[in-house]
Amino acid sequence: MTDSANMVLMVATVLFALGLVGVLTRKNVVFMLISVEVMLNAAGMAFIAAGSKWQQPDGQVMFLFILAMAAAEVSVGLALVLQIYHQHKTMDVEDLKELKD
Amino acid sequence: MNSLLAYIPALPLLGFIILSLFGRRSPKPVIAWVGAGTVCLAALITIAVGVAFMQSTPANGAYSQLLWSWFRVGALSVDINLRVDALTLVFIFIITFVGALIHIYSAFFMWHDRDMARFFASMNLFVCSMLLLVMADNLVLLYLGWEGVGLCSYLLIGFWYEVPSNSRAANKAFLITRIGDTALLIGLFLLFKELGTLNMNAIQQQAPQHFTTGSADIVLITVLLLVGGMGKSAQMPLQTWLPDAMAGPSPVSALIHAATMVTAGVYLIARMHGLFLLSPVTMAIVAIVGAVTLLVAGCSALAQTDIKRILAYSTISQIGYMFLALGVGAWSAAIFHFFTHAFFKALLFLAAGVVIEALHHEHNIFRMGGLRKRMPEVFITFLAGAAALSALPLVTAGFFSKDAILWYSWSSAGGTSVLWFMALVGAFITALYSTRLMLVVFWGEMRTPVHQQPDRGMVIPLIILAFFSITAGFIEWPHNMLHLSLFSDHVQQVLPATVMKRDLPSEWLFQAIATVITLTGVYIGYMLYYGKSGVRWQQSPPLAATRDFFFSGWKFDQLYNFLFVKPFLFLTRVNKSDVIDKLYNGIAQAGLRLNGWFSVSQNGSLRLYIVGVLAGILFIITLQLLL
Amino acid sequence: MSTLFYISSIVAIASTIMVITRYHPVHALLYLAVSFLSVGMIFLSLGAPFVAALEIIVYAGAIIVLFIFVVMMLNLGQETAQQEKEWLKPKVWVVPSALVLVLLAEMLLLLFTGSQQVMQVSQVDPRKVALSLYGEYIIAVELIGFLLMAGIVGAAHIGKHRKPSLHRFLQNGDTEKEKAMPVREQEVISNEQTVLHD
Repeated sequence: MTDSANMVLMVATVLFALGLVGVLTRKNVVFMLISVEVMLNAAGMAFIAAGSKWQQPDGQVMFLFILAMAAAEVSVGLALVLQIYHQHKTMDVEDLKELKD
Repeated sequence: MNSLLAYIPALPLLGFIILSLFGRRSPKPVIAWVGAGTVCLAALITIAVGVAFMQSTPANGAYSQLLWSWFRVGALSVDINLRVDALTLVFIFIITFVGALIHIYSAFFMWHDRDMARFFASMNLFVCSMLLLVMADNLVLLYLGWEGVGLCSYLLIGFWYEVPSNSRAANKAFLITRIGDTALLIGLFLLFKELGTLNMNAIQQQAPQHFTTGSADIVLITVLLLVGGMGKSAQMPLQTWLPDAMAGPSPVSALIHAATMVTAGVYLIARMHGLFLLSPVTMAIVAIVGAVTLLVAGCSALAQTDIKRILAYSTISQIGYMFLALGVGAWSAAIFHFFTHAFFKALLFLAAGVVIEALHHEHNIFRMGGLRKRMPEVFITFLAGAAALSALPLVTAGFFSKDAILWYSWSSAGGTSVLWFMALVGAFITALYSTRLMLVVFWGEMRTPVHQQPDRGMVIPLIILAFFSITAGFIEWPHNMLHLSLFSDHVQQVLPATVMKRDLPSEWLFQAIATVITLTGVYIGYMLYYGKSGVRWQQSPPLAATRDFFFSGWKFDQLYNFLFVKPFLFLTRVNKSDVIDKLYNGIAQAGLRLNGWFSVSQNGSLRLYIVGVLAGILFIITLQLLL
Repeated sequence: MSTLFYISSIVAIASTIMVITRYHPVHALLYLAVSFLSVGMIFLSLGAPFVAALEIIVYAGAIIVLFIFVVMMLNLGQETAQQEKEWLKPKVWVVPSALVLVLLAEMLLLLFTGSQQVMQVSQVDPRKVALSLYGEYIIAVELIGFLLMAGIVGAAHIGKHRKPSLHRFLQNGDTEKEKAMPVREQEVISNEQTVLHD
């Protein structure tokens, strides 16, 4: 096996960066949530890599936690998206500025 | 006996609490009984304690009762510990006994006042504070009483607060005594820093080992204590509050500004004699302050027309005598003069109160006159008081105490001929203004009709006080006359005996001079004021300027106005917009401005927030890469 | 194994790029499914078969389905894609992308400055994971259970479709609506109470 741990981490980093780009560039709330999922997935991947490297189950356990957290987050987030759409008739985050000072 | 001590201050305190809680709704007899009764009970307990003390002097020369520990901070532990030794006994006797008489008098005097309960509550609290002051075994407790006395005098001077000038007088008294209080407090701090204790006994014992005689520390501490005493005792240059303090009711003047409170300074110096003996400079200052004060105040008393102001200035003058005695080391003579002065000055104030009441609140002596026939009891008692004040030889208490001071001001180790001469002139002036007061008020034609005769309850305290004004002196005779020195024997259990010079002239000579001077004063007063001549003399133009000068109390008020009030007002006017405030306003404005700037970032744009987070992460990672 | 890793990595990265650049939500979701599947392959190649299965079941199964439901409910169709096209102008995405590129560069730099250890991929079997999960991590598992519960309740509450807008975080700003619905406040409170009782 010549795969260095760095190789896996690199892929995870790239995926994370791509997710971040998605969050930053998209204005549609649904797309932002999708990108957040990508980022979470990338983070989980880094855990799995670490777990494999040290041959410990902890990495996978962490991934499970991230998974559960992502599921909860997505359910609440999508419910919010529904409400936002019903009340504001828009998916544009730039229009949702009512928390501003 | 020890367990009784706490009741002496506790009873007036109880009276204060009852009256201030329930006084408003109580009927007047109840107020009078509670107000006067508690002090009378305290007086009875004091007399019991005193009798027991006389019969067998307790161990260590003092009764003491530890009530509870007040607080403990590091090395400082302060207890509520009452201690009655020979010196304190004299003071608590005067405070409770004279105080009780004044309270009884007040019960009748204040009967028609709608705030009688407030009056008695304040009076009781005052008595309690003063008792704490003299019974304290440490200086912190003493300071508590000291401040309590100041507070009560403020409350009582401004008792009729609806009149603005009364409130001003109260403020003035409070502010000026506060100068002294502050000095005293600083003195206590220094003392604690040096000795590490504020217990009086410990101070007396440790001071001689700790301080070398005349070192800068001890001089500074004693001068600060002296300034504290000067403030409370209305000595030069802090004397200006006392004449104005006559705004209060007459019993207040009698209790606070004659018999007890103003002697707090005398008590403090006598109590701290161990320190003062280590600092000859301060002793000299005390003597000089006393001598100058007695002259200045005596001259002022000569020119006053308000009966109570005359008495006020005479009080300042008499306390000047006490300071003089303290300064020359004649400790027991000072306390003896306090003892006799309390009786006759209380008497004079109470009698003056009766006169003022009878004449429709007339204060000007030149609108009185001819009261000798109309108010015979008051006349006789007032005569006794005035005689004691002017120290008529042999028959009055004032003679014995003042003669002792005159004698010691020359003969003691600290005494000089100058001090003696000043005291002598003071004695002359005292006799002069006492005579003037008597003649103008009680002789001549009646200028204001008497509209009411005093109550019996007011006359009886006067008679008792008059009796003591005459006889209180007989317990201590000059050495050359009778070998009777009960008072100085008693007091010298605590205070050191006076150190005398050697090769003195005969004491008879001094007594003769003093007697002649006093009688001359009386005679000149008689010449000037008897009949019509008084008015003529008053109106002679060359003396008018001097009279005005004396009348205004040597223009001290104007001097202070010029020295302190005017510059302060000038500064406040210059600094109207408050330079320091600008700093704080600036901080507030900077906060607002920053808020304005940062709230731009709080614009609700989710993507900008994420960019912010990203920028933060970038910053941290860059830092990690660079470092 | 190595080949599998490289191929699935390339697929994952490519499909993720596609995810963030699609205009139509459904297209994006399909690419997302591809991305998840390839990540699952990576996990398999790293010797974590259980997690690979979960990745496919939960991410590619449940979460994607949730998204698709929402897209369906909101009826995000062609006009949304049109709007996305308008929104996704270079001036919108250049600066954030540049920033993220910097971040990526820095993270990679950090990775390569570390020691280049050869990684031995060994299988961590589900048995070990399960023992660990229900052994030392039992508290965390329970906490995650709470989290999921809260997620369910929160989603059920927030997603409740009622004509008047209801969440107090969202009701500020449109005051004219508020005036029209004076009873709304009370409703919100009663809803919160029911949540607490749940």
